[in-house]
Amino acid sequence: MQQSNLYVILFAIGLTVVLGGGLSLTSVGLKPLQDKQVELDTKKKILGAVMDISSIEDPNEILRIYDEKVESIVVDINGNEVKEDSKGNPVVAEKVNIQKNYKLDPQERLYPVFMFSEDGESTDAYIFPTFGSGLWDWISSYVAFGPDLNTVKGIAFDHKSETPGLGARITEETVQNRFIGKEIYNDQGELVSITMVKGEGNTGLSEHEVDGLSGATMTAKGVNAMLEKYLECYSAFIKKKKSQKTASL
Amino acid sequence: MSTDIAEVSEESAVELKTKEPAEPLFSKRRRRIVSDPLNEDNPITVQVLGICSALAVTVQFKPTMIMSIAVIFVIVFSNLITSLMRKMIPNRIRIIVQLAIIATLVTLVSEVLKAYSYDMYKVLGAYVGLIITNCIVMGRLEAFAMANKPYDSILDGFGSGFGYAWIILVVAFFRELLGGGTVFVGTPLEFDVYGSLGSLFGTTLQTNGLMVDSIGAFIILGVIIWVQRTKNGYVEH
Repeated sequence: MQQSNLYVILFAIGLTVVLGGGLSLTSVGLKPLQDKQVELDTKKKILGAVMDISSIEDPNEILRIYDEKVESIVVDINGNEVKEDSKGNPVVAEKVNIQKNYKLDPQERLYPVFMFSEDGESTDAYIFPTFGSGLWDWISSYVAFGPDLNTVKGIAFDHKSETPGLGARITEETVQNRFIGKEIYNDQGELVSITMVKGEGNTGLSEHEVDGLSGATMTAKGVNAMLEKYLECYSAFIKKKKSQKTASL
Repeated sequence: MSTDIAEVSEESAVELKTKEPAEPLFSKRRRRIVSDPLNEDNPITVQVLGICSALAVTVQFKPTMIMSIAVIFVIVFSNLITSLMRKMIPNRIRIIVQLAIIATLVTLVSEVLKAYSYDMYKVLGAYVGLIITNCIVMGRLEAFAMANKPYDSILDGFGSGFGYAWIILVVAFFRELLGGGTVFVGTPLEFDVYGSLGSLFGTTLQTNGLMVDSIGAFIILGVIIWVQRTKNGYVEH
């Protein structure tokens, strides 16, 4: 079977059009569903930092709890609230893409703050998204602090492709629970962040240290750097909130 | 069931006297197309293809299962599509055409996973995309689908797909058991083997970190190949 050059070229063009068209259609068709999944995933992670939602199966229930209990604002590096972007469009904290912001200069980034309230009155927890690099690709977390903006109430990690069974264990509950009750400021009021130490099964850890992951030192280093850098960016906001609190007392 | 098929094929044979009698739906030859890759001609242990993904996704059972389903889907449908088009595909660009078909199907799987099972999409991440580079898929297109009819190609796809699946599932089972101390995490059958054994004897059992590494997959794969070749008497020529 001998085919002419023309046939080969036409076949290639035809195949490209058909396959490309099919893929674009699927992509456009599935986009709303995917967006909803991503939104649900974000809200799940935010809630997951402060409460146990693993038993809730219904996605709508999660969205309802979220709407009821979480308020959000966006701040800049100086801790001032940002309501509009440079084009005058309103900024929504849930829509802020942390990954894209991470690539910007820290001065220009937007920093969403999620405030969780059990009863709808006082704020029970402040949740900050963080973003950084693990061993293979990005890692991120939602870290929740109590009303004192110092003690960790919970943390929910996420990652793209950390090694399953090693670095990927940061998404396990037992590992995340190690952060609860740890503090990010020392007695002098300086930001020291929280360090995941090397190796596993360490004892005598301070309130700024958590037990590490055996075989995942690089991921732990990424976690440490991520927390330290991002918490520093939020420190202006934290300071502001703290001074507001002392003023109102 | 089988008698029905036999009758139908006899009837059609009578009707179309000039043609040869149609081959039964599950003739011996066709059964062999499916069963050969499961054991004697296994893509992983005998042909030694698709090793990379056999190492990469087999740390836990559940992601491995999703991966198996995705690979079976891709092999079967790319085999079918290639076989349907086999007379139209220009010989000179056949490899790139096969690649385009596989890539399209893989992207489709990845998009559907993202829309309907976002959690699994995150777990498998890049590995679904890497089905494109799984030599088994392209190997089947080039070696079988380009020269055979659609129905046979589908059977061949299932054969190779399941041949791949059962090996990586076995590897995943042992890696999860020895490396994590659990079985079937994330499924209804989830069970903490080491935890319960430990509490039974009043000790804590240490899991084997080696099994979580790719080295563990090599060792288990090696053991499977050893057992299989001893049993089948297969020798490398």
